[in-house]
Amino acid sequence: MMDLKDLYRDVILDHNRNPRNFGPLPAASASADGFNPLCGDRLKLHLRLVDDRIEDIRFEGQGCAISTASASLMTESVKGRTRAEALTVFERVHHLLTDDAAEAGDELGKLAALSGVREFPARVKCASLCWHTLVAALKDDAAPAPPAVSTE
Amino acid sequence: MTDISPAARTAPASARRSFDVGSVRRDFPVLARTVHGKPLAYLDNGASSQSPDAVIAAVDDYARAHHANIHRGVHTLSQEATALYEGARDRLVGFINAASRHEIVLLRGATEAVNLVAQSHARPLLVPGDEILITHLEHHANIVPWQIVCAQTGAKLVVAPIDARGDVHAEAVEALMGPRTRILACAHVSNALGTVLPVARLMAAARARGIVTLIDGAQAVAHLPVDVRALGCDFYVFSGHKMFAPTGIGVLYGREALLERMPPWQGGGDMILSVEFENTTYNSLPYKFEAGTPNIPGTIGLGAAVEYLGSLDLAAAHAHEDALLRHAQAALTAIPGLRLIGTAPRKLGLVSFVVDGVHPHDLGTILDQDGIAIRTGHHCAMPVMDFFKVPATARASFAFYNTFEEIDRLAASVERARRMFTHGPG
Ligand SMILES: Cc1ncc(COP(=O)(O)O)c(C=O)c1O
Repeated sequence: MMDLKDLYRDVILDHNRNPRNFGPLPAASASADGFNPLCGDRLKLHLRLVDDRIEDIRFEGQGCAISTASASLMTESVKGRTRAEALTVFERVHHLLTDDAAEAGDELGKLAALSGVREFPARVKCASLCWHTLVAALKDDAAPAPPAVSTE
Repeated sequence: MTDISPAARTAPASARRSFDVGSVRRDFPVLARTVHGKPLAYLDNGASSQSPDAVIAAVDDYARAHHANIHRGVHTLSQEATALYEGARDRLVGFINAASRHEIVLLRGATEAVNLVAQSHARPLLVPGDEILITHLEHHANIVPWQIVCAQTGAKLVVAPIDARGDVHAEAVEALMGPRTRILACAHVSNALGTVLPVARLMAAARARGIVTLIDGAQAVAHLPVDVRALGCDFYVFSGHKMFAPTGIGVLYGREALLERMPPWQGGGDMILSVEFENTTYNSLPYKFEAGTPNIPGTIGLGAAVEYLGSLDLAAAHAHEDALLRHAQAALTAIPGLRLIGTAPRKLGLVSFVVDGVHPHDLGTILDQDGIAIRTGHHCAMPVMDFFKVPATARASFAFYNTFEEIDRLAASVERARRMFTHGPG
């Protein structure tokens, strides 16, 4: 039986109400837009990469609690990491969101709070939007002008 | 024909029963089910409505006893299938008071019907600088087909405004009817806001100026009596699945004189009289627009839905829906931080709303856990969302089988979601 409290854990509600790293990033070296046409969520992600390391990351936009909290948690977890490390986190989260057998290991830290989402298949896209946008932004820094990311 | 099942026969008007929501609910088997352990409260009728036993039985009976291709066999089953299919068309004539069965084209739904009119009526006629007039509250199905034909012909799309309540003022639309306006296409009822448009007046104004008119009745037919001749429109489109019939079937009503002049939209079997490689003669109306084997079970289901509606006291059913709407608006506006989107003086069928601090998508998930089905999102009306500066709304849309108790549950569940998001879990 799916449990709402499993989806809307305290960490999720907290990051939804008080998103971290929210707002513009004037010194960004890369950005990408994410769009979820199903719910109209829009997300703008800005990164400042220095020597392949994410020195700073911020996001803007409006979305549901799951997408906002996921983006907020993501910025916390990848800030300070190298591009390769961030992509590894992406892979882990992707696995967590889509594979029923995936365990939320310690290396995920607070991101483990997203594991409740996979019980709600209609909401997986909400949680994954920012992560796909991150991948696009990391590519943006390598090659400019990426297309907007869509979850459809 | 004596072998046609009772389900497919027309009930005499004397069989009409007085409206009682409890007894009507028993006609709809799905309403008895539970979702997440709670009784289903189905408040997403604007997206698609549920089917009564009579519709399910008609489709089932066709599949079990009468299925064959139509219009082409001398054998018994083909004749029965044809009679059932054409019988449904005849019921639709009466349902919207068309002048004849030549005016009822059976298509996939409202979307396909608008596309047919755009491509077959508008496209050959439009020249650069011509105008197609729509309103700001249209469903994408009544926007995009016109944008496509504008791109094909150089015509221009003109959009009549809505006011802050989501209402459409006839004067504002009339002010945009100019010498180059060729087509007026507007909703009868808005799917995102519930606004009832002043269609009779708009049709009269358009007719006086020689403008061809199309009404998108997708959200109207289940909720109010429609008389296309009294409305005076040229085209009227609607979908079966929003009026208790299966998906994949809908109707294009067109005035015969106009349909007669339009070229076929698709080519194939059934739409022709004779085919030679040099020359093909098209079939008469409405078959000219029904290429290929159609949705026979869907059509039979739609005919059964019309018959079912005819067995109800519809005036009482519609009055019940109106009471539901008022009750919903009162119950929801009592919730702190809740804002109704769409407060036109003439509304029917639905409430759209947003709640401070709770995204509609989260609301949809929480309500679902309480067994309550609503729609959340942009409702295929992104220009309406932009107008109200919201990314999405939550929408509860009603049918006559809904109850006051279901609406109380809706309000309680919305309040629970609001508390959860503004005061933390619990
Ligand atoms: C006002 C309106 N027009 C058109 C449509 C399209 O109907 P369909 O998807 O059945 O073709 C809808 C359905 O949502 C609608 O609400």
